[in-house]
Amino acid sequence: MAVMSVLVFVGIYMIGDPLAILVSPEATELDREAIARSLGLDRPMWEQYLTFVLSALKGEFGKSFVFGQPAINLILERMPATLELALIATFFSVVIGVPLGLYAGLRHETVTARAIMAGSVLGFSLPNFWVGLMLIMVFAVQLGWLPASGRGPTMEVLGIHVSFLSLAGWKYLALPALTLGLSKCALIIRLARATAREVMLMDYVKFARAKGLNERRVIGVHILKNIMVPITTVTGLELGSLIAFAVITETIFSWPGMGKLLIDSIVHLDRPVVVAYLIVVVFLLVIISLIVDILYSVLDPRVRLGEAK
Amino acid sequence: MTATLQVDNLETQFPTRDGIVRAVDGVSFSVEAGEILGLVGESGSGKSITGFSILGLIDPPGRIAAGSVRFKGEELTTASPDRLRSLRGARIAMIFQDPMMTLNPVLRVDTQMIETVQAHEKVSEAAARARCIETLQSVGIAAPEDRLKSYPHQFSGGMRQRIAIATALLHKPDLIIADEPTTALDVTIQGQILYEMRKLCRDTGTALIWITHDLSVVAGLADRIMVMYAGKIVETGAIATVIERPQHPYTRGLIGSVPGAMPRGKRLFQIPGMAPAPLNLPPGCRFKARCGRADAVCDTMPELTELNPGHKARCHHPFDAMPLSPAEVAS
Amino acid sequence: MSQTATTPAAVAPLAKTEAPWKRIVADFAESKLAILGLVLLVLMIGASLVAPLISPQNPYDLAILDIMDARQPPGEVSGEGFTFLLGSDGQGRDMLSAMLYGLRISLMVGVVSVVAALGIGAVAGLLAAYSGGKIDALIMRVVDIQLSFPAILIALILLAVLGNGVDKVIFALVAVQWAYFARAAHGAALVERNKEYIEAARCLGLGRTRMLLKHLLPNCLPPLIVIATINIARAITLEATLSFLGLGVPVTEPSLGMLIANGFDYLLSGVYWISLFPGLVLTIVIIAINLVGDQLRDVLNPRLKR
Repeated sequence: MAVMSVLVFVGIYMIGDPLAILVSPEATELDREAIARSLGLDRPMWEQYLTFVLSALKGEFGKSFVFGQPAINLILERMPATLELALIATFFSVVIGVPLGLYAGLRHETVTARAIMAGSVLGFSLPNFWVGLMLIMVFAVQLGWLPASGRGPTMEVLGIHVSFLSLAGWKYLALPALTLGLSKCALIIRLARATAREVMLMDYVKFARAKGLNERRVIGVHILKNIMVPITTVTGLELGSLIAFAVITETIFSWPGMGKLLIDSIVHLDRPVVVAYLIVVVFLLVIISLIVDILYSVLDPRVRLGEAK
Repeated sequence: MTATLQVDNLETQFPTRDGIVRAVDGVSFSVEAGEILGLVGESGSGKSITGFSILGLIDPPGRIAAGSVRFKGEELTTASPDRLRSLRGARIAMIFQDPMMTLNPVLRVDTQMIETVQAHEKVSEAAARARCIETLQSVGIAAPEDRLKSYPHQFSGGMRQRIAIATALLHKPDLIIADEPTTALDVTIQGQILYEMRKLCRDTGTALIWITHDLSVVAGLADRIMVMYAGKIVETGAIATVIERPQHPYTRGLIGSVPGAMPRGKRLFQIPGMAPAPLNLPPGCRFKARCGRADAVCDTMPELTELNPGHKARCHHPFDAMPLSPAEVAS
Repeated sequence: MSQTATTPAAVAPLAKTEAPWKRIVADFAESKLAILGLVLLVLMIGASLVAPLISPQNPYDLAILDIMDARQPPGEVSGEGFTFLLGSDGQGRDMLSAMLYGLRISLMVGVVSVVAALGIGAVAGLLAAYSGGKIDALIMRVVDIQLSFPAILIALILLAVLGNGVDKVIFALVAVQWAYFARAAHGAALVERNKEYIEAARCLGLGRTRMLLKHLLPNCLPPLIVIATINIARAITLEATLSFLGLGVPVTEPSLGMLIANGFDYLLSGVYWISLFPGLVLTIVIIAINLVGDQLRDVLNPRLKR
């Protein structure tokens, strides 16, 4: 974490001169200095870093040059939108990907299984952003069924604005979530298929059949529960990259999340916001890996014992 | 009286890229109620596949190509999948080789046992649990109520195998097929389990097929023995007769390679060579390449012939017909 | 760390023994899909190599572009009698020509960045595995930290710092990818290190560089080749994505991703072809590489041998 903070800061420090953008060309040298001082940009680099670390420890990352608000507030304000998008995309990629992958693994010689695998290669290969554009083209421009951009109406639950509770919200959510989830779904199909084929050969599956269990129970309980162990791990770890990829999806669909804010801030050289974003993402990654660890031990009892020792 | 199990001319084949593997090639035998049959052979001899064929648990693309399997008079090779399923675990149970692998690692023991009860009988969970506790006790597991709530990895190998055996016994089956169930265990635990299985069969009249590569295991357990080599039965008979007067050179080799069967200090006998490749079986007797007694006659497949009452061997030169040469005695 | 030295050293010992290569080729040819992928890939590479010869127009020659010809649909004829087979873009540039040149840049960026990343990553990974101790811990810690962070974000921030340019994109892609190769080489080398031939070579008193390059590297190569193939697809996608976000190649040298991004502005008014066609080409390239990579992985993986 400490290493990250130095790297992030030094990196961001080198992004151009924010003054050049913030200050109109007509401003006098005096104006420039006044602005630089108010933003703390006139101090030497190490001093800026020190103030940065001290304030970061207090949860402050400075004020946005563009919005004039604390950067961290800007990020946190937009975080729910990004998280909602990422979680919905993850949810659907698992709900769709696991059954398809399971089928492809269990009946791997059939035509359907081959079709599923071909589909997953496609989903895996299609460039994420291009899929987004094509979806807009088909569903928003040609068919006019779904809106091309924005988040539309939201509902407030516990002080957080969410889209997934209303039909209108779903209309806005559908295309971005599909875009974001497609490649993850393909990944999950491949993983589910590979593990299904491995688990299928295990003695305990044969023993379950020898006990006279019906296929539904053998597949739905004995095979599925074992498959869910790696699926959960990978899905959890991929959630980080999903949040990162939301940067693109949000840009395409003008989804008001923190990813779009990041791109806007990079374009405007809004340093504190970029730093705040990175810190928040690192924090999210840490939390996600913690949750994955917990889920993993819930699903795989062998891990639980190891920790108890 | 119909035999518990009657297998006739069973052929199980696996098509591969390079040809058909005849894993079980015309095997016939029967098991009576309360009888213990030892099925002996090295790995790849088709002994395990014979067991799985009876239960209809051959993994595709493998299939039973010919023959019949009759369980208490009912034909199983043509039975519906649902009928087979209702027999499996209830009337015919199976115990596997590796106790570490037969219990699902992510499910609790009670889940795995109760589902077996409920797969065949409509009983409440409480009743099913009571049955599991009772059966676990009968295989010598102390405090079964608490043990049921554990996961498989919390048990030792021997305990796990007892759980697997208890699971197989839940419905008091008529036939148990045990596929090397003690191979992966310590010798002391192996002995206990053997003793208990034998007692169970005697008490309940359950027929037992004990599959093993280790002749010494079945010697103290089985009533009859059947030796398989490269998919075919090479010798079968009452246990005492076969062990004392083996007729097939392969059986004799197996007995010679068991420590303790030979006088102390004498070198253990080793069967020279390796089992033939399943895709490339030689014509004639499949053992001839490793056999010291083979001659031109052995280029034709010998029949399984009855030499003494109940004692059959598949050999052109059984030991009773052609006593040991001095060289063979010395070896 | 010189890449020029690693390549010949890596190829020479393998090329001498011909039999394994023949088997690999035969195994590879077993999948019709993989052959299809290979053919498509060769066609694409060929087309991009000879782009200046076969493209109807030089898309970089601003003099011949006429803004009046902007956003012409496919098949439309320009004022000067030039036919836009696949339409024209916002500057009146022929899409087909722009795509051929764009493909050239995309492929070049992908291949160059992967080769460089492979070289750096393999040397770093082998060095770590061979040296052990502190060097090992240091290198692999850096790799772990980097791999725990989404690649796209690292590339994004790097380019935000560096600015646009083909060289900068390649640098960013190398910086992102070397860690994959380092980890794979490290893993493979740890397995190989304990094998007898390495012990024997060490007993002969061979120098460290010679050990690494002539003995360890060739034996760790198969997994690296597989990762390299699939990473070319990833690199091309990543470059396209970055360019789409305006953080990749400059506007004057548009890659496929850049072309798609240019089309985004007109998409809502029904001008589909500017984004559609480059995207199709991009997808075909990536699928082709993935098909080849998948089959290579199966062929080179000893665990899957039947």
